[in-house]
Amino acid sequence: MLGRVRRPFRALVVGFVPESADLSADEWRRGEELAERLLSGRPGRVRRQVTLLILALNLIAAARFGRTLPALDPSTRSRLLTSLQDSPLLLVRRGVWGLRTLAFLVYYGREQGRAAVGYRASASGWASRRSPGTGAGEGREP
Amino acid sequence: MAIIGSGAGGGTVAQALIPLATQGRRVIVFEQGGRLEQAEFTGIETEMAESLYEDGGGFLTEEGTLSLAFGRTFGGSTAVYSGTSLVPSARVIEAWAVPGLTHEDLVSRCERHAANNGVHLLPPEQINDNNRLFREGCLGIGLEAEQFPVNVRGCRGASLCNLGCPNGAKQGTDRVQLPAAERGGVEVVTRAEVRRIGDRRLVIRVERPGPGEKGAASAWPAGEYSVEAPIVVVAGGSVGSSALLLRSGLGSALPRLGEGFTCHPALILVGEHEREITNDVGHPKSYYLDRSVEERFVLETCMYFPFVTAKNLTGFGPDHSTMMRSFRRLQMILALACDRATQGNRISVDRSGRPRVHYRFTPEVREALAAANRAAARIFFAAGALRVHAPLANPPLLARDEAARIAGRITATAFIPGKTSISAAHLMGGCGMGSSPTDSVTDSWGRVHGLPWLRIADSSLFPDSLEINPYLTVMALADRTAEAVLEDAGRLLANRGTGLS
Repeated sequence: MLGRVRRPFRALVVGFVPESADLSADEWRRGEELAERLLSGRPGRVRRQVTLLILALNLIAAARFGRTLPALDPSTRSRLLTSLQDSPLLLVRRGVWGLRTLAFLVYYGREQGRAAVGYRASASGWASRRSPGTGAGEGREP
Repeated sequence: MAIIGSGAGGGTVAQALIPLATQGRRVIVFEQGGRLEQAEFTGIETEMAESLYEDGGGFLTEEGTLSLAFGRTFGGSTAVYSGTSLVPSARVIEAWAVPGLTHEDLVSRCERHAANNGVHLLPPEQINDNNRLFREGCLGIGLEAEQFPVNVRGCRGASLCNLGCPNGAKQGTDRVQLPAAERGGVEVVTRAEVRRIGDRRLVIRVERPGPGEKGAASAWPAGEYSVEAPIVVVAGGSVGSSALLLRSGLGSALPRLGEGFTCHPALILVGEHEREITNDVGHPKSYYLDRSVEERFVLETCMYFPFVTAKNLTGFGPDHSTMMRSFRRLQMILALACDRATQGNRISVDRSGRPRVHYRFTPEVREALAAANRAAARIFFAAGALRVHAPLANPPLLARDEAARIAGRITATAFIPGKTSISAAHLMGGCGMGSSPTDSVTDSWGRVHGLPWLRIADSSLFPDSLEINPYLTVMALADRTAEAVLEDAGRLLANRGTGLS
C-alpha cells in the first residue's frame, strides 16, 4: 500500500524521527513491512485515508513552499508538521497523529530501533542483568 | 451452554460451571482469538501486540482521539495485563447503587479469586528502581503510595507483562481458570467469533490461522456454525459484548445497551534521571497513588516498550529522539482519569457489525488529567529526575529548575484531542447492571432483562467507572453470574438434551 506513496512517506518518517535518515535500504524495508502489516488489519477506508493524507501533505508542501516533502529541508519540514499537528481542524491533527504513529512504528518497532535506545527487556529478566559493574541500578537480582 | 469470551469474566464462569460439565452437560467457551504456545510469547513488541490485542492494541475511537487496548486471545485481557489485583472500594460500589449488589458480597468473592490466582505483594528485593523511585517521590511530596497485589508465581522480572508473560508467571485465566475448566470437561474453541445471538442460538464463524500467525488452529474446522445453546453467557469485554448484543438486534428492547462506556483514559509521563535505573527489568507495576476521591485520578507505575513509549510522548523530532535515547534513565508513570458515565460516550456497531466506540473528553476528565500530570511531575522531581516530559505541559519538557512552577506550566488547556496521545485499557460499561430495561441491561446477577437464558459476565456490567484496575471485580461479578446460572440451570436446561447442539 505504501508503495504508491513511498517517497513522501519516508520523508515524513524522517521528519518525525530524524535519525531514520540513516536507515539502510534493508532497514527501511523492515520498518515499512511493520507499517504495512498494521495497516492491513485496518478497514479499507482507513488505508485509503492514509494514502490520501500522505498525498495531501505532499501537495500542501508543494503549495506552501514550492517543494514536495522529500525535497524540503529538515527545518522547513519540521515547521510544516508542527503547524499541522497544531491545526485547529481535528481531522488534520488526527491525520498527523496517525502518520506520526506509523513513523514511530517504522523506526522503534524494528529490533535495531529498540536497540538504538538501549532497550534490553528479555524473558530472562533479572538473571540477564547479573554482570557486575555494568552501571548503576544493575545487578539487583532478587 | 455457551460462554462467549475467555478473559476474566468468561474464564471465571467456565471454571464455575464445571459441575454442569461433570453432569454431562456440554459447556463450550468460544474465544475469538488464538491460543499461543508458551514458546510463542517472545516479548517482541510488534509481533505480540498483533497476536494478543484487538487492532494490535490501537483500536481507535470514532472521534479518532483515543486508542483502546483490549485483549483478543486465549485468556482475554488477563493474558496481557500486569496482574494488578485490587478490591473495589465501598464508596464506588455504593455509588453504583445497583439493587441487590453489596460491597461485602463483592469483597468476599474478590478475596476468594485473589487466593485462587495466587495474588500477593512482591517482596522488596523484586521491586525495581522505576517503582522504588515512584514510592520515594510520593513520600517526598507527602503522599504515600500503595503497593499493588499481583497475581504472579515465579516471576523472573521480564517486565513484559503487557506482551504476555514469556515465562508463564502471570496467573490469568489462561493459566488458572481455563486449564481447570478444561480438566473438568469444559471445551474451549478458539478463533471462534460469535457473529450473532438469536433465540438460544449462536451464529459462529471459525477462522483458520493466517500465514505466519501465532497460535494453534481451532479445535473446530474453519467455517460457519449455527449452535443451539439454552444458556448463553456473554463475556466478550465491554466493547465485544455490547457490540455482539447490538448486532444481534437487542438494542430496541434494551435502550441502555452500549451506553455508559467509561475507560479511565490515561497519559504516560516520563522523568529523566542522571544515571541508568532498572526500568525494563522487574515487574513493571508495583505501586499506585489513589487520588480518586480528592482529585479524580490515579497514578500507577508502568514501563512500556519503545514503540508504545515513542507514540505516547508528545511531539516529534530531535527533542523527542533525545528523550527516547535516554530510555535507560527513564522513570515512567501512568496517569489515569476516573471518568464518569456520560451521555454520548457509548458503544455502537457499524453496518458490518464491527464495534464503534464514541468517546469525548469532558472538562472534568481534562482537569483530572492535568492534576494527575502535576502530581506526577512533582513525584518525578522529588525522586531526583532532571527533566520531566508531561503531555499536558506546553512545551512538554520541564527542567528541574521549573519544579516550583509546575502549577502554571501544566494545565488542562494543553490537552488537545487529536494531538495529545492518550489511550485506555480499562474498558467498562455498555451492558450496565440495574433494576429495569429503562436504566440498565441486566440485573445484579448478570441476567439480561427479559431474556432469562442470556447472561453477561464481564466489565460491560459496570454501570460507571470502577476507579481502579478492574479484573478482580470482573471475576467477582462473573462469579455471581455463574452462581445464578447454576441456580437457574435446572429450569433453563429442562428438556434441552445435553445443553448444546
